[in-house]
Amino acid sequence: MIFDPVFIRLKALFLDLCARFFPEWVVMLASIVISAVVILVMGPVIMMYLTLLERKLLGRIQNRYGPNRVGIWGLLQPVADGIKMFIKEDIVPAHADKIIHLLAPVVTVVPSLMVFLVVPFGNGMTAVNLNIGILYFVAISSITTIPIFMGSWASRNKFSVLGGMRAAAQMISYEAPMTLAIVPVIMASQTLATATIVESQGGGFGMNWFIFTPWGLLGFIIYFFCAIAECNRPPFDLPEAESELIAGFHTEYSGMKFALFYMAEYMNAFTLSAIAVTLFLGGWQGPFLPSWIWFFGKTFLLVCVMIWFRGTFLRFRVDHLMGFAWKFLLPLSLINILIAGLWFLTPAIAAWALTAGLVVASFFVFVKLNKTFVPEKRTYVLAD
Amino acid sequence: MVSLFREKTQRADGQVLEINFGPQHPSTHGVFRLHTLVDGETIREVKPVMGYLHRNQEQISENLTYTGFIGFTDRMDYINAIPNNFSFVLAAEKLAGIEVPERADHIRIIMAELARIVNHMAVVGFLLNDLGAAFTPLLYAFRERELILDIFEDLTGSRMMCNYFRIGGVKSDLSEQHLATIKKMAARLPKFLDEFETLLTNNEILCMRCQNTGILSPETAVNSGITGPALRASGVNYDIRKTDRYSLYGRFDFKVPLGKTGDVYDRYYVRILEIRESLNILRQAVAALPRGEFINKKTAAFIRSPRNFKPPVGEAYARTESPKGELGFYILSDGTPQPWRCHARAPSLINLSALETMCVGQKIADMMIILGSIDIVLGETDR
Amino acid sequence: MSGAGCGKEYGKFVKKSVPFFGWGVLCGLWVTLKNFITSYFRKPDEGGIFTVQYPEECLPDFEASRNFPFLVYDETPEKPRCVACGICERECPVKCIHVLMAKDENGKPLRRPAAFDIDYSLCMNCGNCEEVCPFNSIFMDHEHKIAAYDRKDLMRPMQKLLKSNSYFHSIRPRDAEAIDRAIKEAAEKKKAAVPAKPAPSPEAPKS
Repeated sequence: MIFDPVFIRLKALFLDLCARFFPEWVVMLASIVISAVVILVMGPVIMMYLTLLERKLLGRIQNRYGPNRVGIWGLLQPVADGIKMFIKEDIVPAHADKIIHLLAPVVTVVPSLMVFLVVPFGNGMTAVNLNIGILYFVAISSITTIPIFMGSWASRNKFSVLGGMRAAAQMISYEAPMTLAIVPVIMASQTLATATIVESQGGGFGMNWFIFTPWGLLGFIIYFFCAIAECNRPPFDLPEAESELIAGFHTEYSGMKFALFYMAEYMNAFTLSAIAVTLFLGGWQGPFLPSWIWFFGKTFLLVCVMIWFRGTFLRFRVDHLMGFAWKFLLPLSLINILIAGLWFLTPAIAAWALTAGLVVASFFVFVKLNKTFVPEKRTYVLAD
Repeated sequence: MVSLFREKTQRADGQVLEINFGPQHPSTHGVFRLHTLVDGETIREVKPVMGYLHRNQEQISENLTYTGFIGFTDRMDYINAIPNNFSFVLAAEKLAGIEVPERADHIRIIMAELARIVNHMAVVGFLLNDLGAAFTPLLYAFRERELILDIFEDLTGSRMMCNYFRIGGVKSDLSEQHLATIKKMAARLPKFLDEFETLLTNNEILCMRCQNTGILSPETAVNSGITGPALRASGVNYDIRKTDRYSLYGRFDFKVPLGKTGDVYDRYYVRILEIRESLNILRQAVAALPRGEFINKKTAAFIRSPRNFKPPVGEAYARTESPKGELGFYILSDGTPQPWRCHARAPSLINLSALETMCVGQKIADMMIILGSIDIVLGETDR
Repeated sequence: MSGAGCGKEYGKFVKKSVPFFGWGVLCGLWVTLKNFITSYFRKPDEGGIFTVQYPEECLPDFEASRNFPFLVYDETPEKPRCVACGICERECPVKCIHVLMAKDENGKPLRRPAAFDIDYSLCMNCGNCEEVCPFNSIFMDHEHKIAAYDRKDLMRPMQKLLKSNSYFHSIRPRDAEAIDRAIKEAAEKKKAAVPAKPAPSPEAPKS
């Protein structure tokens, strides 16, 4: 495991070097600046290559190559896109609220970057090991609603406003089941700090992940659906529904401002996957490979699943979306907390059986209560 | 802009919002405007505004020979050119009383059914895009469509603007090689349809979105003159291939799929079933293709000299079951090489007449899929 | 049900039912996953990658495919097959062909074009000119890379339109051979029936 702490060693080496020439407060500042710079660089770079990954995978799903013109395998495509975004004309609608219109994309990026602070990228590789890391994440990620609504309102466009309304309603709705899905994890690990949550999933070759427990599995599924809805990705991409609202809340944005919205969306997709990995998939835990490879591998796998969903699914309708959150995910996440409680009181087999029973029962109740969700059986006549 | 809803937007509660969907909008299928009044997400009123793609085709026909105008009919419903040719040529033949050789009729039916498959695939694909899929079903459908368009190009010279039918027959003969390709296609498509249906038909999200949205009752459908799959999805058994038995459709054994509810889902699934029935006709027509002339010997000369085709003074109306509905051409002749008046009864235009009935009370997202499911092509709507 | 033409019901087609709620979504995921995997090794029409990398590779042309008209000459560009009869000009639905007959000093028509312009920006690729030409002179080309920066560049004069018979053979061998044979037979018949009657006089261009 010599590669495991390689980034930590590098940083320590650099700080040692600093300590020889500079006073202590400079070293402390340098330590903070290094972490900040790494995150500030990593966020946009991840976003750029997620766009490429998405286009490549979608292309393969649709039996075509993705972008392959700029650089080998299209690896420079994100750079080309970035340059294009930079040199595009920035159009502000005549009647827009100019200050808020400018401010919204800037504000969007901030919470997405701030979440990176508590993500444990590897063993000991958390930028700030907050003891309330998960609470911080929940608080920060719900801020994203505000800049989206700012942008939609300031554009003074009817499509934008409709998109912003949808975004606000959707994000608030999905915040609730997402937070409740996290609760069992906190119960099990008895901490709110992300690094400690990951450490509590160690043992057994580092494969003692929460997803292998019934409440972990159910919690992960609920969390993942909510995460997709939180970052406005298909099938929950209603705020920017192309076929209905043109581009939703960013209809009136162009150039770099649009790119910032885009960047926030992809960074959200990444951080929400990263938190899912931290909470349910054992974070950086895993046998043989260095911890950060495990972490990034799992996270990118989840991102790929998001892209796979995008390639397969259609968009929900706005009332179905709300119904799905309030009538299905929320009760299920409450039941999940009950299951997690029972898990620690009963033997494993009984807990699995209980969970299966509860899930199936709640599923049936849900199906019975929501007739509009269930496909009708149709008969078609072949007439002469 | 002048509001179509002057009184209603000034209602005291101030809750309604007036939105223009289009003329530039990703899912209006061309330049088309939906002037809507929405209350939150709910549609209160819709006024379709068309005419942005008006190209004066009917007037153009008055200055062209009958053969010259066939190329223009291609441009009406540009997704599937062949049924337009079919309708116009039938009308011209009726006007002049021209017989069509059997082989030509068979070739016409083969091509028309291939065009129907192309159209329904494109429609289902675009409907899925309106539903929010990220191009996947559309590109799967276009993959197969491309293979059919290759047959078109090989035979007629053009992928989409075929200009293939001629008065008294068709322009060029179908060779053994073409037949082999068509047979291969007919064997391949059911497999593709099965895969396509696995992707879509039972998809819960699709069912949620499409079932019981945009219901068109059979009474409304008949009263507003709606034809084609949109009418049959409402359960009315009306297929001109069956009622008129024009060309040789009386000889082939095929069924007319009918829906019951008349919602978007039925319109989607009736189209899928129609593709299967079209394949049925295709197989029979390919098997029954007789030897002989591909164009009436007397009218073959009109290809070389279109101005010699002077139908007698009179009028004729011929209609066919185009993939979008009843496509009819009404021609008035004054004995000159040019039609005196030529009118197209375009299904795209008339099927739009019940749009408001279907949309009111539904959500904004539903309006787009309802528009997608009644299948309009703006080239035909505005002509 | 009321409504026009309610026919006898032939049979019922019942939709496949799903084992449980969510099955359809899982089936859809399976289809896309399958297509993703097969895109790496299958043939294009069996679930592999279907697109063509355009500038590097092109799909083969079909012999019958048509784009824009061109004129055929037999030996040298000075002697085109075209006799400037103006039939194509008259029958062109969009009127994109302009023909001017050459005349000698006395004003006698020379049966060859002095100018023959086709406006490619107007042409709608219908192929009617090819069908009506009695002298097998105008044909539809396969050339499709005709993009230009200026509309004027799409106005093709005769020098640019004239292409050799061997080029015609190279793009459409079947049609070209049939036409060559027909021309040869006509010439032999003409030679056999000496003194030949004069060739059909060109129709006067419409004013």
